Amino acid sequence: MTATVPSPDVLRAPLVVEFPFTRSLGPVQSAFLTGLREGLVLGVKTSDGTVMVPPVEYDPRTAEEIRELVEVGATGTVTTWAWNGLPRPNQPLDTPFAWVLVTLDGADTALLHALDAPGPESVRTGMRVRVRWAAERTGAITDIACFEPYEGPAGPGAAPHAGVFAEPVTGIVAPARLDYTYSPGRAQTAYISGLSEQKTIGERCPSCHKVYVPPRGACPTCGVATTDQVEVGPAGTVTTYCIVNIKARGLDIEVPYVYAHIALDGAGLALHGRIGGIPYDQVRMGLRVEPVWTEGGRYPDHYRPTGEPDADYDAYKELI
Amino acid sequence: MPRTSRHARDVAVVAFAQSDHLRRTDELSEVEMVMPVLHQVLARTGLKAGEIGFTCSGSSDYLAGRAFSFTMTLDGVGAWPPISESHVEMDGAWALYEAWVKIQTGEADTALVYSYGKSSPGPVRDVLTRQLDPYYLAPLWPDSVALAALQAQALIDAGETDEPSLAAIGARSRAAAEANPHAQLRGPVPQGDYQVRPLHTGDCPPIGDGAAAVILAAGDTARRLCERPAWITGIDHRIEAHGLGLRDLTDSPSTRTAAERAGVFDAPVDTAELHAPFSSQEVVLRKVLGLGDGVAVNPSGGALAANPVMAAGLIRIGEAAARIHRGESDRAVAHATSGPCLQQNLVAVLEGDPA
Repeated sequence: MTATVPSPDVLRAPLVVEFPFTRSLGPVQSAFLTGLREGLVLGVKTSDGTVMVPPVEYDPRTAEEIRELVEVGATGTVTTWAWNGLPRPNQPLDTPFAWVLVTLDGADTALLHALDAPGPESVRTGMRVRVRWAAERTGAITDIACFEPYEGPAGPGAAPHAGVFAEPVTGIVAPARLDYTYSPGRAQTAYISGLSEQKTIGERCPSCHKVYVPPRGACPTCGVATTDQVEVGPAGTVTTYCIVNIKARGLDIEVPYVYAHIALDGAGLALHGRIGGIPYDQVRMGLRVEPVWTEGGRYPDHYRPTGEPDADYDAYKELI
Repeated sequence: MPRTSRHARDVAVVAFAQSDHLRRTDELSEVEMVMPVLHQVLARTGLKAGEIGFTCSGSSDYLAGRAFSFTMTLDGVGAWPPISESHVEMDGAWALYEAWVKIQTGEADTALVYSYGKSSPGPVRDVLTRQLDPYYLAPLWPDSVALAALQAQALIDAGETDEPSLAAIGARSRAAAEANPHAQLRGPVPQGDYQVRPLHTGDCPPIGDGAAAVILAAGDTARRLCERPAWITGIDHRIEAHGLGLRDLTDSPSTRTAAERAGVFDAPVDTAELHAPFSSQEVVLRKVLGLGDGVAVNPSGGALAANPVMAAGLIRIGEAAARIHRGESDRAVAHATSGPCLQQNLVAVLEGDPA
């Protein structure tokens, strides 16, 4: 196998992407998930009599809208399986289990879920299983905790069901969290490492000679790698700005304040930062500014006027 | 001239390039990984970035863990003066399809298609669960190997394969990859333990990072840019219902339909580059494409030797084209897949001019 040891010279940090997707349910999915909450399994019947579990709202063959609900058994037959010896986070069981497709008694299509079984030797296609209900049910596919082996008789076929419940489930919250380890690559590593020494490092395009800051490793105009590292600043010129009047949540800066584009000396494009040390209504294009670092800060907290005369418009007009 | 073209314009793959596919590439940002591949593919035609008529890319934000991550790689294209550009949140094979359509409409004569994926930053098996149905499947987090294993067991139950046969597919792929300097796994690799039974480590693709690019060109432009263009005489893609329990996992009707529409069965093929990340999926694809023993299947090593997610399908088209460029194939089929258990499939037929 290929080595998996990361290179020691590259920055890396945890990156968590987490979102609770809130999804509404149509009439069919609402009936199905409410049914699970109530401890019964509903399917839909298509015009040719096929019973689909889990139910869909449109026939995948004809695209016909299907709304005819039926109740099927909580027992069924495994149509294929796979033994999961090393369960992953969030999966239905944290002990080894089988993934199974189960055709419930009365249904013609199969439902994917987990089967709690002692080992792969005890699982086979065609085996009989039944639903093990979760202790607390909320109206979600996880209301089926898993399936378990079942030796009893098959249930009756599909029976009509009105699909009407008190307090139907109308939506689900589908939480998702993925844990990444982010590495910014060569150029951005150099930039971030430079900031730790309170230096701003850009990179020059070998073709058009523009200095990019922050550098991303490529000149978007020429489509070539930027290679030469160039220290820019520390002082720069305000090229344009705006006055922020709305306080962002969790931000302890008094409004109004000024957010500006700042062309650091030697840079080929402006980066952005907050302007401090001057009343908000006195900030202007051409104002000369320098970074202010706070103790332990990993980037400039803000920029303040240097006291130099304003830059001539022609000196920065290409960078606006 | 291509022998069986039935489209408005003759369009060919005229150049192909790919990165070395590696387990991890922490030292490279995505644009730093993609850019050398873009430069190589352009160099093979002598074209400059500004001379390309249309650019289309494929990638996935979920691999990167960042929104609009593809915009970063545009820095490597040279998007000034403004270019005509598009992106698909899919394997680059589908970006190639969009570019092929763009050329068919006459809006472009050349196209640059590229795709890339870095699977190393995140747990790719878990990441891919986020593409599943959010109501019935995603809350259970069935990972990509688990879903492939369900398909493999269905094939075993149907008597279409067994574990030794699957192991032989992986071994043949990695042996073929010995001649492919870009592949991640080359030569003998232990079959390893069960990942999700019945699939062993050797039945599963390596997890890795990589990028690929091709250039398409129409008619005389293609002939000018390439000594032996790989004409795309047919291309089609089809999808099946997302409910796994609605499908016969031992079959791939979407691949069969796409192959019929692309003209695969109109004449014999000598080469097949199949995007089968799992050994069991090659069993299905061989069956529906009717590939006999005389066909060279995945001479590059295929996805079992290198599977940069979002690029592996485009690489199949590129590898098939490269064999035509080199005169090692006259009529090849290339296949790309996306989604669990071969849910979506793209099939292209590539032909070289007769010698």
